[in-house]
Amino acid sequence: MSDKSSDSPIWEVFIRSKNGLSHNHVGSVHATDKEMALQNARDVYTRRAEGTSIWVVLSSDIAASDPMNKDELFEPGSDKIYRHPTFYDIPDEVGHM
Amino acid sequence: MYTQALNDPANKIANVAEDDEEQYARFMARIDADEKIEPNDWMPDSYRKTLIRQISQHANSEIIGMLPEGNWNTRAPTLRRKATLLAKIQDEGGHGLYLYSAAETLGISREEMEHQLITGKARYSSIFNYPTLSWADIGTIGWLVDGAAIMNQIPLCRCSFGPYARAMVRVCKEESFHQRQGYEILLALCNGSDEQKEMAQDSINRWWWPSIMMFGPHDTDSTHSDQSMAWKIKRISNDDLRQKFIDATVPQAHFLGLEIPDPDMKYNEETGHWEFGEIDWDEFKQVLAGNGPCNRERLAARTQAFEDGKWVQEAALAHANKQAARAASKEAA
Amino acid sequence: MMAANIDETVKVDREALFQLALRLGDTSLILGHRLSEWAGHAPILDEDIALSNLGLDLIGQARSFLTYAGEVEGRGRDEDTLAYLRNAPEYRNLLMVELPRGDFAFTMMRQFLFSAFQLPLYQKLMQSRDKTLAAISAKAEKEMAYHLRHSSQWVVRLGDGTEESHQRVQNALNTLWTYTGEMFETDASLKALIEAGVYCDPASIRDIWNKTINDVLEQATLTRPETGWMQSGSLSGRHSEHLSHLLAEMQSVQRAYPGLKW
Repeated sequence: MSDKSSDSPIWEVFIRSKNGLSHNHVGSVHATDKEMALQNARDVYTRRAEGTSIWVVLSSDIAASDPMNKDELFEPGSDKIYRHPTFYDIPDEVGHM
Repeated sequence: MYTQALNDPANKIANVAEDDEEQYARFMARIDADEKIEPNDWMPDSYRKTLIRQISQHANSEIIGMLPEGNWNTRAPTLRRKATLLAKIQDEGGHGLYLYSAAETLGISREEMEHQLITGKARYSSIFNYPTLSWADIGTIGWLVDGAAIMNQIPLCRCSFGPYARAMVRVCKEESFHQRQGYEILLALCNGSDEQKEMAQDSINRWWWPSIMMFGPHDTDSTHSDQSMAWKIKRISNDDLRQKFIDATVPQAHFLGLEIPDPDMKYNEETGHWEFGEIDWDEFKQVLAGNGPCNRERLAARTQAFEDGKWVQEAALAHANKQAARAASKEAA
Repeated sequence: MMAANIDETVKVDREALFQLALRLGDTSLILGHRLSEWAGHAPILDEDIALSNLGLDLIGQARSFLTYAGEVEGRGRDEDTLAYLRNAPEYRNLLMVELPRGDFAFTMMRQFLFSAFQLPLYQKLMQSRDKTLAAISAKAEKEMAYHLRHSSQWVVRLGDGTEESHQRVQNALNTLWTYTGEMFETDASLKALIEAGVYCDPASIRDIWNKTINDVLEQATLTRPETGWMQSGSLSGRHSEHLSHLLAEMQSVQRAYPGLKW
């Protein structure tokens, strides 16, 4: 609502909680540059060693799907059951595949 | 995603004007099915406004809440206590930021929320308008004030608005240490000298009633409750939570050997609940209206921090702009 | 009482080692205390959290060093006895860290000047022949690397920011400069510890420190002050007016109710 010029930009914060997992969105921080964004994210979101890696990205650089289009985007996927392994009949004798 | 641009409410309303009712029905169906509402989903304007009011008030409470404890930060009596108190105050700042971040997904800026706080347009929990007069108060705040906050916040982890619910999950996880550190401080005092025990009792005497007022007015007098319950922003009523808190804390006080400053407090064998005396709602209203012992000081401290922050913020922005200009001219060359 | 952690092959004067542990512990404690004063009052909320983090690192270091100091001394004093029941003249912290926190520019500039020294110091002390000092330094080194990164970025932002911020951070630098000489000071007992491979010669850090300072000040468009008279006194316990006020506050509960457990 307010767009005051003295507001510093918002950065979305993604944290890899453990080696081997993907980065998850955890929230946002304000910062005027990316180093500040990383450090703020570190101080705000990893005070208890919750992360092994942090990504920050300017909120305004994120393109998001419109929830209004949710049906057209995601419905078509839900009836393509041939994309799932259980669609295929394999005789039990073959064993686990 | 959580960008403000994607959340332009004017834009949304224009799109849905003709089938508002249908939208609302669909929205309520999702709420009833316990689905989470996300920032870019359609939501009624009043739901958005209620959430902004509640989340920003919650965030403000965390930020103001740093001050009464900060008053003892520099006087903590051992280095271990000093470190844990500083970490706790820091957590509160962190929680304020998680919450501001959740509120920003609804299209209000943090700066605006901070501005509303210092100009008195937005409220914060009235408990923080009471002074911390002794070291025991640090124990009592952790035990009772954080205890009451946790009691309030646990049901909010299931709140219908996704970002708020997720912020609450983080906050609740982190706050369990707060209550324990507070109780541990009181344990040390109650196992200590007579003076220390007196200090603890005096502290409970001052904080008990304000703590149980933290749950807000009685259900019969609460203005926002019904709608919030229907929207699953609020999930348990003020009085139910208050009773739960009292039932949990009275035995804890007795374990410490401390008395609850309520002559009417008695255990009801049949209901299994502790019954308590009349709450002084006059005091509650006065503190809320700005007449508590520390209202002015608390706001003055935050105003000072906000004012002192302006040149820092301007400098950081100016530097970022200079860097961007340098990068651009380098590219051009 | 012989502390278990002391490497017996290192022949050093107990009193000298005690004084060194105090110097390291007191400096961390007092700076951590100054940073903790910001909690709830910092100019930007994110920075409130950051300053607390720096403070918590330093208080943690102080506890380790003071605990060790108590063991070395062997008179049964623990971290709290040492922190809360010594008077200003018995404190061995650098004068720089006891100065009031000032504005955000002052706090950041002090953190920068100090971390730029303390980081290489801990890196060297990781090789100390005193195993305990080496172990504490190894942990502290990572923390100081972050402090240096965080503070130097802010020094650059403020120096190369607005006219006002530039002026503020330049003033801070000018005020603090006269306190930087003390970091490099040694006395007879420190020299003996350097000889024994327990402490490191601070002179060997000067080039690294100078390079860090010059690089950052250049990016920040700040002017390095002329090196003139340097303040001194911590090695002998002669402090500024500020330390006794700080201690009066910090120790008030312990002093008002002597001998109790908290």
